[in-house]
Parts: sequence; structure tokens; C-alpha cells
Amino acid sequence: MVSLQTTRTRNPLARQAVAGGQDEESSMPRMSESRLEEIAAGARVDAEIHAELQNEDAVLEVQNFNLWYGQKQALFDVSLPVPRGKVTALIGPSGCGKSTLLRSVNRLNDLIDSVRIEGDMLLNGDSIYGRSVDVIELRRRMGMVFQKSNPFPMSIFENVVYPLRIDGEGNRNVLKEVCERSLRGSALWDEVHDRLGESALGMSGGQQQRLCIARAIAAEPEVLLMDEPCSALDPIATGKIEGLINELRGEYSILIVTHNMQQASRVSDYTAFMYLGQLIEYGPTAEIFTNPHLKETEDYITGRFG
Amino acid sequence: MSQSIADMNAASGTSDPAPEPRRRRRREGRSRVVTSTLAQGEPLLWLTGGGLVLSCVMIVGLLGLVFYEGSRTFWPQPVESFVTRDGAVHWGEVTRNDAFQPEPSLLDGLDPATRAAAEAEMALNEGFLARSLVRTGNFELSGEHFDWVSDYEMPSGASTRPEWAVVLERLSWGRFYGEPVAYLEDGQVVTTGAEATWNRYVAEHPHVRKRFDEMRHLENHAVARLNHRLEQARLARRQAELDHGAGSAQWAEADVAARLVAEETSQRFADISHEIEALRSANSRLTLRLRTGDGAVTEIPLGQIVRAYPANTLDGWDKVKLYASRWREFLVDEPREANSEGGVYPAIFGTVVMTLIMSLLVVPFGVLAALYLREYAKAGPLVSAVRISINNLAGVPSIVFGVFGLGFFSYIIGGAMDQAFFAAKLPNPTFGTGGLMWASLTLALLTLPVVIVSTEEALSAVPNSMREGSYACGASKWQTIQRIVLPRALPGIMTGTILAMARGAGEVAPLMLVGAVKLAPELPIDGIAPFIHPERSFMHLGFHVYDLGFQSQNSEAAKPMVFTTTLLLILIITALNLAAIWLRTRLRRKFVANQF
Repeated sequence: MVSLQTTRTRNPLARQAVAGGQDEESSMPRMSESRLEEIAAGARVDAEIHAELQNEDAVLEVQNFNLWYGQKQALFDVSLPVPRGKVTALIGPSGCGKSTLLRSVNRLNDLIDSVRIEGDMLLNGDSIYGRSVDVIELRRRMGMVFQKSNPFPMSIFENVVYPLRIDGEGNRNVLKEVCERSLRGSALWDEVHDRLGESALGMSGGQQQRLCIARAIAAEPEVLLMDEPCSALDPIATGKIEGLINELRGEYSILIVTHNMQQASRVSDYTAFMYLGQLIEYGPTAEIFTNPHLKETEDYITGRFG
Repeated sequence: MSQSIADMNAASGTSDPAPEPRRRRRREGRSRVVTSTLAQGEPLLWLTGGGLVLSCVMIVGLLGLVFYEGSRTFWPQPVESFVTRDGAVHWGEVTRNDAFQPEPSLLDGLDPATRAAAEAEMALNEGFLARSLVRTGNFELSGEHFDWVSDYEMPSGASTRPEWAVVLERLSWGRFYGEPVAYLEDGQVVTTGAEATWNRYVAEHPHVRKRFDEMRHLENHAVARLNHRLEQARLARRQAELDHGAGSAQWAEADVAARLVAEETSQRFADISHEIEALRSANSRLTLRLRTGDGAVTEIPLGQIVRAYPANTLDGWDKVKLYASRWREFLVDEPREANSEGGVYPAIFGTVVMTLIMSLLVVPFGVLAALYLREYAKAGPLVSAVRISINNLAGVPSIVFGVFGLGFFSYIIGGAMDQAFFAAKLPNPTFGTGGLMWASLTLALLTLPVVIVSTEEALSAVPNSMREGSYACGASKWQTIQRIVLPRALPGIMTGTILAMARGAGEVAPLMLVGAVKLAPELPIDGIAPFIHPERSFMHLGFHVYDLGFQSQNSEAAKPMVFTTTLLLILIITALNLAAIWLRTRLRRKFVANQF
């Protein structure tokens, strides 16, 4: 079941680490105690993907995706399907590449000069990294919510309809309708419907984050990307956002990065566990949390490392 | 244990540096107070506080001097009468007092009584003599505007204030100090006696001023309009000559038109000069006969008098009214007497218009340049070099910009424009010389670094999360800049604009080369089409200060005006800045609230 791939192109940093300390151990022909150590030493492992995922219709398909920040490789050959209409959580310790993977989906990493990628992703069958892809057009098909809420310096109304505005939509009625629908969708309508003209910067932190969600769903995205949306919020605001994610389930396909194990178990249908840029295990949340196939996943979830 | 180690260290001698910390710690234990003072940073508190105080003293001192001197210029002073031993009488306003050490030759030339008085005073004052600078006016009689009067010269030792000493501010020859004797109409004495004459003058002078204003209005507007028409017709003929040659059909047509205009205007000229002549003769009928302090009698036509007041009988309210009236004249009238009297309205106008045009030019250019540098350009040696060059540009002496503006804008671009569009006027330059537009462009260049640097700062202060949020919504780079980055950076950009405006409005050196003049006959914006005349030279308050201070014939009289003009310039810059700050506050409230 556990197969080690020790001979494919390794990155130089990992090789250095091997040379530095564990050269002797890895060269020993014995079954490793822990695959995590092998990975830390630069080994490549095959991801354990549960069979249930075969039955799901994938809205987003990540295919053998590699990413380098300059010389340093951050993602190793990641392949994972994101099911349609479900909530998929990415978990793993800091620096494991969850956010990098998320930001690769809408090509926000393009903004960083040193980033280089290999492989591709498919959004409803359309290539994301193909040569002829219009990045602007692509990003309009997705919504993204960031770790720190980032409302724009304009009114609440203008914040929500921003994706439509930049699309050139000028019809006031359409904008009003979208604004109300999105704010209702993000459970913010009742709180702000009488002050849509006020600056969004005057809202509370939780409200600002829900406003960002409203903005992300205003253009009816095919995938909703969430990068630790609750990490800067208090428990009550977090509860509201989680409730919101539950309501959005089914209507939207959500890919969420979280550091919070409980949150992942509460809100997601599927969970992917990543470590040091590699996908380790990916399956239904219930199984990952109660009956993971790999011991490493169990160790991480139960807090034995990470 | 530690004691024994210390002993060992001590025994091992001073060559070993290791024991130092331990020994020092023990010493510090005994002098804790010193340590804690250092730790609390009190020396630095004094240092930083001292720096602030020094800056404040310098700024407040300069501003205080300007405010004090500038605001007292127009306050009416009493007229003093000084009678010297030789019997001469000086009437005038005391400008300042000082003490001087007389040359021995001065004392030798004095008669014995005066010399005794002078030596007695010197003995009391360690060899110094007191004297007063008196503004005596009456330039056409004495050839002097000011006179030094020393205390020892006066047998009485003090001055008196004659009741009917009247100060006249005149259109020419400066001030006149004298006592009204008689009021004349057509050379015939109508009233005599100081009070009756004065009352008659007070009743009549407003009418005289009104006629004078009418006269000036006719000269400045009606005559100017006619001159303009005449000039246009002449230019049209010249243009036809240039385009089609003299003697061609078009030229003949233009020639006929020009002759027609000349005929028409000469008729109108005659009418207007007739009107002006009527007003002038109505004014010149009335004269005031005055006797000066030393007994000379002279006659001054009422038309020459701008303002007159009996300086020694004014009550407080009269003084306030006089003060306000002088300020009003200063703010809304044109200068006279080689700029040392009258108003500075054209200079105010020129300063404000030039500063606004400069801001309109520099802000778009600076913001666009900063946007490219900060948002588009990839960081690298080239961008760093550009950035350093921009910062260095801020250190180039402003006169260099003036030379550049004169050479490039006026001569090259302006010269080419004259050849292309204003050939008919040549050899008189239109744009090919200093003017409002070239001055504004030169100052825009001068202040460009300020705007670029502060805009870059403002742009880099826009959180990246906002940019990313916008990109994630599918916005293009320009949409992000236009809708998110620029609005958010606008307050910072306004700060740069404020700094640039303050720098530009106070600049003088380059303006001397590219368009500021001592006296501009016409304002750069007026009622004659096309209403805005960017090619015209203009007056500027900063240049006016320089002109008053260093180019004036009557420098003592101009000196208080230097302070007043400086005060006005500071107030105008403050007003422009306050307007920009108000705008910035509004923008900031709109775009940058607290995050959480």
C-alpha cells in the first residue's frame, strides 16, 4: 500500500537536507517508521485518495500540479478533484502549500514574479493554465475570500457589486438585485440593508468578512475559494461564517483552507491533508476524521504532530 | 564562588577582557540612579525636546516678525514736529530710533552750543547719540523722503504734535506733510483757515475720487478695448500679407477693413479722450493750499490726493477705519509709485493663477509617473536609477530650472509656436518670451519630484490585500488601480500636492527668468477674448517682495511693504493649503476608515 518514490526529480533543497543529516537512514533498505520523515527527507509519496471521490462529479480538477517559488519547490505533483456542490477542506501544518494551491486555482500567484508552475488544472473541463486562457475572464468565474477581510474603500453597495461593475454592468436595477441576493446569501442583508450607501470600512470585522463573501458570490462563481476565512474572527463571527458555508453548500462548490480541525470537520464534505507540498490523503471528511487510511493523517488530526 | 572568580580575574590582570562585564555589573549596583536615568531615556528626552523647541523658536520667530511688522505697516502714526537749533522745522512720522557714535569731524563742524549739548549727551550715553529716522515726505520740495533728526540738535529736547498736521497720500511724489491753509476753486480762494479748509476737502474729495475712478476705468477698459481692435485689424492685414503677399486681393480686403476700423476707433478715441478730459478738468479745478512745517506754501490738486487724514486728531475708531481702508487698497488696487505704494492686486492674482495652473499640470504628470514606477515597473537597477534621479532633481537649484524654462519653453517651444501661429506679430514675441504658461510649466517641473515621491509613498501604503481582492474579482490591472488603488491613495497624493503648491507659490528665482515682471500692464485673465492669456507676463508676490526690497528707489518707504507683502504671500499659501487639506480630509473620511 505504501509505495515510495525515491527516484524522480528531487528538488535541490530536499537533496541538501538528505545530504545534511539523514543520508544514511534513507539509504537503508528498510520500511520507514514514518512516511512524514521520508517526505521531510525529500521522498515522494503517492497520495491516498479514497474511492468515494471516484463517484463525484468534479468541478475543478488539479492535475499533476508542481509549483516553485524561485528555486524552492512548494507543491509536488498534486492531483485532486474538487467535487461539484460540495465543501472541500484543505488541512495541514503551516507551510504545507494549502494556500499556495488555493491561490494557484485563480492564478493569483501569477502576480509573484518568481513563481513557476508545471501541470494544469481544469475548471469544468477548461484549462486554467493553458496558453490562450484569459486570466481576467478566468478569475471572474471564481470567487475568493481572503484570510484577512479586504473590503474596498467604497460603499457597502459598491463593494458587493464590484465584480459586476468591472464587468461593465451599469443597470441600476440589476445591480440592486444582485446586491440584495448576495447580501442575503451571506446573511448580511438584515444587518446592513438600511445603510448600503455607507462606507464598508465602518463595519465590524465579522461583517466585513461576510461582505467579502457576498462580493465573492455576487458574480455567481463556479468555485468559491476560501483562504482561512475565519482565522481573524472571534468565535461568534466564526460561527456565523460557518453557518453561512453550510447554507452555501449545494449551490456553490467551495474549496476552503483551514487551520482549524474542528472547523474542517464541521463544515466540509471532503478533506484533503497536505504535508510539505504533497497531498497525503484525501477522502470524505467523516472518514478522514474517524477512520483515516494512513497513520500520519490520524497523527495530525489527533494533534500528535503539526 | 562568584567572589572568588572575580578575585581570580582580578589577579589574572587587565589583559583579559572577559571579566569586564562582571566588574561593571558590580559598579552599576552602586550607582543605580544614573543607570535608571539612562534607561528611562531622559537625556534623549531633553535632546529631542530641545530640537523641537529650537525649530519652534525659529519658525515662530520668523512668523512673528513677519506678522508684527506686516500688520503694523498700515497703522497711522502721529505727525511729529522737530525744531532744530538752526531753526529748521521737520514734520513727519518717526519710523525708527537708534543710537550712533558720531565721527569727530561731525562734532568739529558744530557751533559751540550744539556741540556742548551733543557732548553732554555723549558723556551720559557712553559716547552714543540718539537719533530718529523721520519720514518727512514732501519730496518735490526737499528732495528727500526721510531725514535723520538727532536729539542733540533740538534745543527743546522733544518734539511736538501740531494739531492740524495733515498727511496726504498722493498718486506721485510720495507723502506730503503740511497744514491746510486754503481751499481753491479755479485758482480762487474759497475758504481759509485750517478747519474750514479741511471740512471743505472732506466734503469734496469723495467726488474727486469718483471722477478719478471713472477716468481710470475709461483708460483701462474702453481705450484698451479700442487698442485691441486696432491691433487685431493690423494683425489681420499683416497675416494676409504673409499668406498672400502685399497687393493681393485678400490683402486689399484686409487693408480696407483695417482702415475702416482705424477710422471708427479714432472717432471713438476722440469721444473717450473728450470724456476723460472733461473729468480731468473737473478735478484739476480744485486745489488745496498747504503750508509745510518750515513755512513753505504749496498747492496740491485734489485729483492727486489718494487719501488724507489729520494724523494728530484721529481717535481710535478713525484709525481703525484708516487701517482697514489702507488694507483694502493694498488688496484690491494696482500699485503706483514704482510698486512702493498702492495695492498688489495684480500680484495676488498672478500668484494664485500661476500656482493653480502649476498644480493642474504637475499633479497628473506626477501621479502617472509614480503609478508607472510603483504599479507597473519591475523592480531592478533601471527603476532604482530613475528613482534616485527623481530624488536628485529635487536638489537642483531652482534657478537652473528657470534657465531651462527660458531656453526650452520660451525660446525653443515658444519660438516655434510664434513662427507657426503668430507670425503676423513678429518680431514682437507672443509665446517666445516669458509668460504665465511657461512659468507654470517651469514650476511644475520644479515640483514634480515632490509629487512623484509622495504619490509613490501613498501608493505603497495601499494594502496589497486590497489589490489581490480586486484581482480575485476579475479586475484588470488598470481597473484595480483606477477603482481601488487611486481612491485609497488620494489623500496621500493630496499631501504631495499641498507640498508642491507651497513650494511653487513661494519660488521666485526661476520666475524672474520665465515671466514674472515688476509691473504687468494687463492681468492674464480679463474680459477680452479669449479671456485667458497664458502668453502674458504676470506679477508675483514673491517677485514683488524682491522688487520692493532690493530694486526700489525709495527703499525706506518700501521696507514695511516688504513685510506686508510677505505676510500676504504667507496668508495666501496658507489659504491654498487649507483648501487642499480640507479636500484631503473629506477624501480621507470617505476612503480610509479604521479597519477593525
